[in-house]
Amino acid sequence: MPTALPSLLSSAGTYAAGLATHDGEAHAATGFTSYAWLLVALPLVGTAILLIGGRRTDKWGALLATALSWAAFLVGLVIFFQMLGRDAGNRAQTVQLYEWVTGGSFQVQAGLLVDQLSMAFVLLITFVGSLIHVYSLGYMEHDPDKRRFFAYLNFFVASMLLLVLANSYLLLYVGWEGVGLASWLLIGFWNWNPAYATAANKAFFANRVGDFGLSVAMFIMFFHFGSVDFTTVNAGVAGLQGAHQGFMTAIGLMLLLAACGKSAQFPLQSWLGDAMAGPTPVSALIHAATMVTAGVYLVVRSHVIFEASPTAQLVVVIVGAITLLFGAIVGCAKDDIKKALAASTMSQIGYMMLAAGLGPIGYAFAIFHLLTHGFFKAGMFLGAGSVMHGMNDQVDMRRFGGLSGVMKITWITFGIGWLAILGVPPFAGFWSKDKIIEAAFVGEGWRPWVFGLAALIGAGITAFYMSRLFFMTFHGKRRWTDDVHPHESPSTMTVPMMVLAVGSALLGLVLGPTGAITSWLEPVSGAAAEHEPVLAVPVLMALTLLVVLAGAAFAWLRYWRDEVPLTAPAGNLLTQAARKDLYQDQVNEALLMRPGIHLTRSLVFADGEGVDGAAGGLAALVGGWSARMRKIQNGFARSYALTMLAGIVAILGALWVIQ
Amino acid sequence: MSEMSSVPWLTLLMVIPLVGSAVVAFLPGSAEQAKRIALGFSLVTLVLGVVAATQYKSGGTAQFQLAEQHAWIPQFGVSYALGVDGIALVLILMSLVLTPVCLLAAWHDVPEDIDGARRTKAYFALLLVLETFMVGVFAATDVFLFYVFFEAMLIPVYFLIGRFGGARRQYAAMKFLLFSLAGGLIMLVAVIALYLQGPGGADGFLIAKLTGLSLDPTTERLLWVGFFIAFAIKAPMVPVHTWLPDAATESTPATATLLVGVLDKVGTFGMIRFCLQLFPNASEWATPLVVVLAVISVLYGALLAIGQTDMMRLIAYTSISHFGFIVLGIFAVTNVAGAGASLYMLNHGFSTAALFLIAAMFIRRRGSKRIPDFGGWQRVTPGIAGAFLIAGLSTLALPGLSSFVSEFLVLVGTFGAHPVAAVLSCTAIILAALYILLWYKRVMTGPKPEGLTGVRDWSLREKWVAAPLIAFFIVIGLYPKPALDVINPAVDKTLSYVHTNAATVAEGSTK
Repeated sequence: MPTALPSLLSSAGTYAAGLATHDGEAHAATGFTSYAWLLVALPLVGTAILLIGGRRTDKWGALLATALSWAAFLVGLVIFFQMLGRDAGNRAQTVQLYEWVTGGSFQVQAGLLVDQLSMAFVLLITFVGSLIHVYSLGYMEHDPDKRRFFAYLNFFVASMLLLVLANSYLLLYVGWEGVGLASWLLIGFWNWNPAYATAANKAFFANRVGDFGLSVAMFIMFFHFGSVDFTTVNAGVAGLQGAHQGFMTAIGLMLLLAACGKSAQFPLQSWLGDAMAGPTPVSALIHAATMVTAGVYLVVRSHVIFEASPTAQLVVVIVGAITLLFGAIVGCAKDDIKKALAASTMSQIGYMMLAAGLGPIGYAFAIFHLLTHGFFKAGMFLGAGSVMHGMNDQVDMRRFGGLSGVMKITWITFGIGWLAILGVPPFAGFWSKDKIIEAAFVGEGWRPWVFGLAALIGAGITAFYMSRLFFMTFHGKRRWTDDVHPHESPSTMTVPMMVLAVGSALLGLVLGPTGAITSWLEPVSGAAAEHEPVLAVPVLMALTLLVVLAGAAFAWLRYWRDEVPLTAPAGNLLTQAARKDLYQDQVNEALLMRPGIHLTRSLVFADGEGVDGAAGGLAALVGGWSARMRKIQNGFARSYALTMLAGIVAILGALWVIQ
Repeated sequence: MSEMSSVPWLTLLMVIPLVGSAVVAFLPGSAEQAKRIALGFSLVTLVLGVVAATQYKSGGTAQFQLAEQHAWIPQFGVSYALGVDGIALVLILMSLVLTPVCLLAAWHDVPEDIDGARRTKAYFALLLVLETFMVGVFAATDVFLFYVFFEAMLIPVYFLIGRFGGARRQYAAMKFLLFSLAGGLIMLVAVIALYLQGPGGADGFLIAKLTGLSLDPTTERLLWVGFFIAFAIKAPMVPVHTWLPDAATESTPATATLLVGVLDKVGTFGMIRFCLQLFPNASEWATPLVVVLAVISVLYGALLAIGQTDMMRLIAYTSISHFGFIVLGIFAVTNVAGAGASLYMLNHGFSTAALFLIAAMFIRRRGSKRIPDFGGWQRVTPGIAGAFLIAGLSTLALPGLSSFVSEFLVLVGTFGAHPVAAVLSCTAIILAALYILLWYKRVMTGPKPEGLTGVRDWSLREKWVAAPLIAFFIVIGLYPKPALDVINPAVDKTLSYVHTNAATVAEGSTK
C-alpha cells in the first residue's frame, strides 16, 4: 500500500486537474437538454394524478403511468442524441433550475447535471423502467390496488432520475431518499402480511444508517469546501494538499456507508433478501436493475474524492470483494427463486463496487456491468415472475422442474439471461464481468492476488448457483404440486422479457469490444492508464471460462442429472449457514436490536420513575400548597387567573416603589 | 431599530381573534353557528396576517418592522411595543395558519350531550383567545410586555387542558401550570433585574434599550440563567420536559397542537431573542452546557419516542427530540445553523400539527390512543393512512419535505462549531425512522381488523385539515426560499449582536 500511494495520488492530482476543465466548465444546457427536468416531472405528474385522483383514475391510471414512463424515455432519447452530436469534451451540460436552500452561507442551487454518466443511467432507468411498467400491466392486472402500484412505480422512476441527474449531493439525497421511500412502499405493498411490512421497515432502517453516512459526508464537504455541489467539491479536492487526506478518507468512508446501505453491501446487506416480499416487477426494477446500483453510481460520481484517499478506495474494494463472495455463497443455498436471485444481485453489485474501488481502470467497467446486469437480472426477475404467475405464486424451486416444455418463451429468455450472467461469450456478462476480473488482477503486492482470486472464485460460484437455479426451475423432473397447471404468461409480460433478453445477448457485444462504453465515459471518469494484470489476459480468460464451466457442470450433475429432493437435505455447516444468510440477522439482532430494545425500555422506565419522579415530588409539594389555596378560594380553578393578575399588580407596585 | 407602521397590523391580528372569542362566547345561538363564527374570525385574521406579511420588507435595516409603540405604564418603563423580525413573522404566520386548521380539527372535540352549546362555545372562544396571546408573545418588543404575554398564555391553555382534556386532565393541567409558573417566576426576577441594569426611563423595558448593555459578567450570567430556565422548561428540554407528555396526551388534539407546535416555540424563540441578543457573553459562556443538553434532548427524546405505546405521548417525545435540534442550531451560533433552527421552528409546528391532528382522526374512530389497539388500519381508512404517512415522513425529515431542509441546515451549520455534537445528533435520523415507521407498521399494516364495518375513511372536513399541512411540507420542502429569505436577515442581525459584543470584549481584554 505505501508504494502504491504516491502514484495513485499523483494520478488523482493530474486527473482532477483534467476534470476541472470538463466538469468545471460543464456548459449551460442548450437545445432540448434544457428540458431535462421533464425527465423527473413527467413520472411525478403521473404519481400525483393517480394518488390525488383516487378511484376515479382506476380505469386508465395504469396506462397513463406507463405512457408517462415511456414519455420520459423518449425525452431521454432525444437528449441522448443531442449529446451524441457534440464532441466528447462538450457533452456535459448543466440545467440550473432555481435557488433551493439558502440558509446563511449554505447555498444550494437545484440543478441537473446531464453528462455521459447520468445519461447512461437515464436510458437504463427509463427503458427498463418502462418495460417493467408494461410487464406490470399483466402481472398486477387483478390486484385491487393496481392504481396505487403504478403510482409508486412512477414515483420510483422520477426519484431515481433525480438521483442520477442531481448536480449536488444535497439534491441527490432527495432522489436517494425518494427511491428509498418507493422501495419501502413497494416492498410493503402487500403489507397486510406483517412479515412484508417488517421487510419494508428493515430496508428503510438499513438505508437510514447509510443516510447517516451521506449526511456526515456532506457536513465535512461543506466544512472544507463551503459547498456540496459536485463542481465545487471536485475543484476543492483538486486544490487540497496531502495534509487533508484524513478528511478525504472520512468523506470517502461516509459515502461508502451510504452506498452500502443503498446497494446492500456488507455490512448493511441484510435487507435485500427480505425485500423480495415486494411484487416481482418491483424486485426486477428496484431491487435488481436500478435502485440497488445507486451506491455504485455514488462511488463513481465521487471518484475524485476516492482517488484522493487510497485508504477509502481500498475499503471500497474490500467491501466489494466480501459482498461478492457473501452473496454468491448465500445464493447457493436458497431454494426460494427470488431470494436466490436477490443473493445474486448482491454479489453482482459486489463486483461493480470492487471495480469502482479500483480507480480509473475500473469505473467504466463498473458502470458497464451495471448496465448489462440491469438488463439480464431484470430479465431473469421478470422470468421468475412469469414462472410464479404460472405456478400459483409458488417460489420454492424444489417444486419447479421441467418448465422448459410449458413455458417456452420464459425458458429461452431466462436462458439468455443465465448465459449472460455466467459470462459465456458472446453474451453481455462476458464483456463486462470478465473485464472486472481482469482489472482486479492489476496492481502490485498482495492486492491483485487477493481481489483477483476473489473475483475469479466468485465467477465460479456464480456459475454454480445460477445454473442450479436454472436447472431446478426449467429442467429435470417435474416436481409440481398437484394443483398447478403452468402456462405461458400473457404477451404484456413476455414481450418485455424478450426485449430484455435481446439486450442481455447483444448489449455487451455492442458496447464492449467496440470500446464504446469506455470512450463514452472517459470524459467523466478519467482515462485509465494501460496496466497489465499480474497474469496474462488470455490466461485469465481461459481460467475464468474454466471455473465457470466447472461451476455449471457441478450444478448439472447435482440438479439436472440427479433428482432434486422435494425437501432440502440437512446439508453441511456451510450450507446451513448460507440458508440463514450467514447468520446476518442473528448478528444484527444480538448486536443492535436486543441492546436497543433494552436501552429504550430502561429509558422509558427511568423517565417515568426518575426524572418525572423528581419533578413530581416538587410538584406534590407545590400541589399541596395550591390545594390549600384552592380551598380558600372556594375551589374555582379560574381563581388562578386572578392570582396571577394580582401577582402582576403586586410586582408592578414593587417596581414603582423601587423607582 | 424599529420601523414604525402606519397601520397597526400586529394589534389588529391580536384584536380580531379577541373580538371573535367574545362574539363566540356571548352571542346566543347554536354550537354549530359558534364554530363557524370562530372559524370565520380565524380565517379573517389569517388573511390579514398575509396582507401584513406583504408589507414586510426582507431587506430592511431596522431589526423590527410593522412596529407600533405606545407608552403603557411609563412610571415603570413599560411600553406597549410590537414589531417583528423575520423569525417572529414566520412564527406569527404559522400561528395564524394553524389556528383555523385546529379549529376545523376540533369540530367534534366537545361532546354536545350535556350543556353542549355552552361548553363548545367556551372551547372555541378559548382557542381564539390563545391565538391573540400567541401573536402577542411573538410580536412583543418590550421585555415586560413579552413577559405578560408569556404568562397570560398559560390561562387559556390551563383551561383548555383542565376542562376539555382526557381522564387525567386536572393532573396534567396542574403539572403544566406549575412547571410554567416556576419558570415564569424565575424569569420575572430576571426581567426586573435586567430593567434595573438598563438605562431606565419611560421606555426602559424596550428590547432596543436593553440590547448591548455592558453588564458585569456575573450579573449577565445570572440574568441569562433566569431567562434560560424559563425557556428550557417551555421548549422543553431534558430534564425539565416531563410535563409535556402528560399535557399532550391529556389535551384535545387541537390544544396539543397549539401547545406543542406554537407555545413551546416561545422557549426557543426566547433563546434567540433574549438569551443570544441580550446576553451574548453569557450565552457564549453557557454554550458547552447547552449544546450537551441539546444533544441529550435529541437522542433521549427519540429513544423514548420509540418506547411509547400512547400515541400522543409518542408525538410529545418526538417534539422533545426536535426541540433539541432547534436549541442545538441556536447555540451553534452560525448563520447556517441559526437559519436552520428558525426554519425548524416553523416546520416543526406544521409536522407536529399533522401528527397530532391526523393521528386523532383514527384515534377517534377506534376510541383508543394506545398503539397495541390498532393494526391493519390502512385497509380501514386508506386516505387517513396516506396522510398520516406523509406527516410521519415529514417528522423523520425525509429529503424533499420541509423538515429536511431545516434539520440539515442545523446539522451542517453545527458541524463546523461542534462536530461531535452534530454527528451524535445526526444518528437521530436513524432513530426517527424507527419511531415513525414502527408506529406506522403497528397501526396501519397487518390484516384488516374485524368488526369495524361502520368505520368510514376521512370526511371532507378532515381532508381540509390535512391538505394545508401536506401542501406546506411539499412546497417548503422543494422551495423553502420564501421562508429563508425573511429568516436569514433576522438571523444575521441576531448574530451581529453576538459578534459585535464578542469583538468589543476581545478589544477590551487586549487593552
